Amino acid sequence: MNKLLLTIVTLAIALPLIAEANPIQDGYRAAAKQENPGFKDFSAARGQAFYSAKSGDLACASCHGSSPKSAGKHAKTGKDIQPMAPAVNAQRFADAAKVEKWFGRNCKDVLNRACSAQEKGDFIAYMLSVK
Amino acid sequence: MKTLFGLALALTLIPLAAADGKYGGENRGRPLQPAQVNAKWQQECASCHIAYAPGLLPAASWRKIMSGLDKHFGDDATLSAQENQEISAFLVNNASNRWSANTAPLRITESQWFKAKHNSREIAPETWKRPSVKSPANCQACHVDAARADFNEHRIKIPK
Repeated sequence: MNKLLLTIVTLAIALPLIAEANPIQDGYRAAAKQENPGFKDFSAARGQAFYSAKSGDLACASCHGSSPKSAGKHAKTGKDIQPMAPAVNAQRFADAAKVEKWFGRNCKDVLNRACSAQEKGDFIAYMLSVK
Repeated sequence: MKTLFGLALALTLIPLAAADGKYGGENRGRPLQPAQVNAKWQQECASCHIAYAPGLLPAASWRKIMSGLDKHFGDDATLSAQENQEISAFLVNNASNRWSANTAPLRITESQWFKAKHNSREIAPETWKRPSVKSPANCQACHVDAARADFNEHRIKIPK
């Protein structure tokens, strides 16, 4: 009986931690360490600032909306874009190739350059932090 | 009587003329879209706009569009080489079969059939600018089932 209780308590503590982990973000963590030997960790706050920061006319938020929990609208075509936060859209950050494809495209659209692994990881940290 | 005969003759000749040089040879295909569509085409193209039916443009247009996806009307829409090949094949194989002109516009809206069907007498220039329409590229604003290549004029609903 005590053993069962212990298991339940352990799971209750561990499950939210497991839910936070994201294998795609882990991939960017390894890449960020390669990019920068002084790399510490990803930051949701930095990700949030990055998400809202305008470069020229555009920010991530221009199409994805001011809240990652709500649907956005493509700035040019007006097409609805499903929410970015995995808390409300389980399909987000679940397919590494898809994530890399869209970072590849949209970093060029917004920043005119590729994003660093640090930026991508910060971005995901922010998305995972939105509940 | 002579006039009537002339009129009848003219009417019979119209379909003949239409068969070839209609819209200066820039005519959309029939069918616009095959019954079986390519899943990658649907998924990838419809990420940002409706997946425009292959028959809306000639093969040469699709080849140009698909080889310039890194600068796709101002956006980066790059695909993997494999995806690009698969989607290009679907577009080219099902491109307009009634396009005889030696032209290859990048925009569907630049074709003569499009311009003729959407002339300013039928659609006022202001209509295109409504927020509910946004742009002539936004087919489904008025052609409700454009995503299924249904452009039947009886099912048009022009929003306010």
